[in-house]
Amino acid sequence: MNAVAETAPPYADSFAALQHTRAPDWLAELRRSAFARFTERGFPPERAEDWKYSNTRALQKLRFSPATTPPTNLGTEAIAAALLQHPQVQRLVFVDGVHVPALGSKHAAVPGLRITPLDTALREHRADLRELLLPEARWDNDPFTALNTAFLADGALIEAAGNVQVTAPVQLVFVSTPHTEACASHPRVMVTLGTNVKLTLVESYFGLDGAANFTNSCTQIALAANSRLDYFAVQREAQGDFHVSRVYVSQRERSRFASHVYNLGGEWVRNDLRVRLEDAGASVRMDGVYLADRSRHVDNHTRIDHLVAYTASDELYRGIIRDRGHAVFNGKVVVAEAAIKTDATQTNNNLLLTRNGEIDTKPELEIYADDVKCNHGATIGQLDEQALFYLRSRGLDLDTARELLTGAFARVVTDRIAAEPLRRFALEQLASALPQVAAEDGA
Amino acid sequence: MAKRASDVEKLVRSEYRHGFVTDIEADTVPPGLNEDVIRLISAKKAEPEFMREWRLKAYRRWITMQEPHWAHVQHSPIDYQAISYYSAPKTQPQEDGPKSLKDVDPKLLETYEKLGVPLHERAKLAGVAVDAVFDSVSVATTFRKKLADVGIIFCSFSYAVQNHPQLVEQYLGSVVPYSDNFFASLNSAVFSDGSFVFVPKGVRCPMELSTYFRMNAANTGQFERTLIIAEEGAYVSYLEGCTAPMRDKNQLHAAVVELIALEGAHIKYSTVQNWYPGDANGQGGIYNFVTKRGDCRGANSHIAWTQVETGSAITWKYPSVLLRGDNSIGEFYSVAVTNNFQQADTGTKMVHIGKNTRSTIVSKGISAGRSQNSYRGLVKVVGAAENARNYTQCDALLLSNQCGAHTFPYMEVKNPTAKVEHEATTSKIDDDQLFYCRSRGISAEDAVNMVVSGFCKDVFKELPMEFAVEAQGLLAVSLEGAVG
Repeated sequence: MNAVAETAPPYADSFAALQHTRAPDWLAELRRSAFARFTERGFPPERAEDWKYSNTRALQKLRFSPATTPPTNLGTEAIAAALLQHPQVQRLVFVDGVHVPALGSKHAAVPGLRITPLDTALREHRADLRELLLPEARWDNDPFTALNTAFLADGALIEAAGNVQVTAPVQLVFVSTPHTEACASHPRVMVTLGTNVKLTLVESYFGLDGAANFTNSCTQIALAANSRLDYFAVQREAQGDFHVSRVYVSQRERSRFASHVYNLGGEWVRNDLRVRLEDAGASVRMDGVYLADRSRHVDNHTRIDHLVAYTASDELYRGIIRDRGHAVFNGKVVVAEAAIKTDATQTNNNLLLTRNGEIDTKPELEIYADDVKCNHGATIGQLDEQALFYLRSRGLDLDTARELLTGAFARVVTDRIAAEPLRRFALEQLASALPQVAAEDGA
Repeated sequence: MAKRASDVEKLVRSEYRHGFVTDIEADTVPPGLNEDVIRLISAKKAEPEFMREWRLKAYRRWITMQEPHWAHVQHSPIDYQAISYYSAPKTQPQEDGPKSLKDVDPKLLETYEKLGVPLHERAKLAGVAVDAVFDSVSVATTFRKKLADVGIIFCSFSYAVQNHPQLVEQYLGSVVPYSDNFFASLNSAVFSDGSFVFVPKGVRCPMELSTYFRMNAANTGQFERTLIIAEEGAYVSYLEGCTAPMRDKNQLHAAVVELIALEGAHIKYSTVQNWYPGDANGQGGIYNFVTKRGDCRGANSHIAWTQVETGSAITWKYPSVLLRGDNSIGEFYSVAVTNNFQQADTGTKMVHIGKNTRSTIVSKGISAGRSQNSYRGLVKVVGAAENARNYTQCDALLLSNQCGAHTFPYMEVKNPTAKVEHEATTSKIDDDQLFYCRSRGISAEDAVNMVVSGFCKDVFKELPMEFAVEAQGLLAVSLEGAVG
């Protein structure tokens, strides 16, 4: 972890090391051009509007080496807290970015659903892999996606051809473990759903105590007509972990996408979730809970592009800021000129509970069509004194009363999850950080 | 449909009402900007040394600055060397300004008559004291005497520089420093005139004060500077109106307004901005890049901005309030109307610094034609600002399918006792409401006007009486034929 040397671009050593591994020509070429793009652009400049409240200086100062050999002694019990309990769950586990088959689930494959670790797909030289990758134009300006592409090596491909209702949820667990030298991983997840497919995908980012790594994940999701994806991103990394995530979603006609984002860990977190509604009838629901406590920095940027007529979006993010936490929310809704009859709602509520906490929120609307119904609201406030008084009059001590109300504030978001086992899972995950949230789960 | 077509025709034909040019010989400095031009402006105005030095400091800072491009507007590059930075009607006595209305060139007075600012009448009938700024210099200030009796100073900025230099030196740049931003620095270097108001301790200004700005000469920029000081417990309501003749080139207007409210003072600042917006094809029009900021310096002080923005090709302005005194109040009420190719990026900043400070923001944006209308606002609560409270509401109404309405609110909060709320909606003008009006026999045009003025009511009610009437009228003119 030395200070950045003036001359060598960041990650140059890691990238040079990567050149020695075998890769098909097209991949080597793609990596080279992505790395060149990253080197050329560098990290986001401090004054960039999208990075106004999130300084990457700390991230830039650190030197991360690539993790090459996964620890062999890691057992399932170490990551049990992150696991989704479901009789048919299809699970892949990645340790510091590297797929570890031994930790995955052993259930029989589900008909119609193909889950392939990315390294396997690369090894097998799957011909269509290149076409599946995110088009360059979409990340031209994003250094982190460029970096992810430069180090494209592992991750997962999830494909469902069409007309299948997958009841078994898919879970991808990314574990960050302590090392003498901090390491960087760049997992790539590619989800392609055909027409009339229904699927639930859970991405869990989990850190073991003492880990201080950098996870730079990129997930790309393509939903064909009438497909539906419930996407959970549970981020519970260790206190020293850095996490940057990019999620790109494109939706065709009448497809439905629902995201459930839980930011409960890590030291410095930045998430960008971008959804493009490309055909009529497509709709998106984006929910999120972020907890910025201790000295944690949590930044969520979301962007929804309504590109055509008759699309809908509904977004609810709730944040809890305490201790010396710093939370940032930026929700952007863009309605293109053709996108008449757009229905867009966005709400961002924040609880600022301590003196040294900070919240910066910016809900944005950019509207170029007239026949639309769009609104957004943002609030920053505290726990209701009257509700606190009520609970205390019932004999609860102040701390418990506060915890209870804070939990209830977050629970508004989990209550929007329709499927029972997943709502319970979300509550459990939330309870790891807000113990009172799961009390008296009536369901 | 025939009806609609005729409405559209009317729109095409409807012209900017204030678009006449007054043919007056003007004393205009050749285009270009350098230290000599600044010294020349300063010399022409016989300014004291501190003023000249301040201008030069601002200029030296300005040349190191970059023109900002973060606003949601697009325009061709501005050539700052092609602008003339000083233009004064020549017939006016240069030395000490007009003594009374009799000294003013009758042609100028005629201009104001056409604009609907009859100085005599307004002065006598409406009881409004008017300071009129023509291009760059203040032409006449009515009612100066009557105001002086209660200790109020209301005069042109240049008059104040010469006659009240200690006040100017004390307060100028204390809210908007010369280094504040690109356009404010440019203004600080070259500002030519503007209004100055000083309301002493405990005085309640007996009438509404008013300034009328008009840009007449071609290829000039108008850089006026307004400074309003309300001492302890004082109250003043100030109105500002703006027009410019039609020209096919863009003209630059970069003003700075500074308000200072000491303990218990209350300043109400209302603007009706109707600069030439350019023609229906987006040719010409004023670039209105303005810095307006109020400083609630004392406890219990109160600053309220009300603006009705219908003109300008581009509006770039964020009247702000620094809530430094405990219990101080900041308010911002805005109606911004854009039509044709107009672009507006406007909003406010409320910075909560003192304890128990409160702010209210109500912004109504109306977009028609191919215009772009953005609200951009900042609500900031610093760590020490206990019990800060903000309520923000911004609504946008869309009247055409080629315009845009955007909202960029920033909220930055560092204190756990703060309550900050923001709400925004964007929708099309309601067909049901229009249909209801039409079914009662109201014409399409009037129905739109009714719905729009209902939409703007929360803001109009904050305007002083006579301005509210004018604003309604302006709104109707701006939107003429926008919806068929």
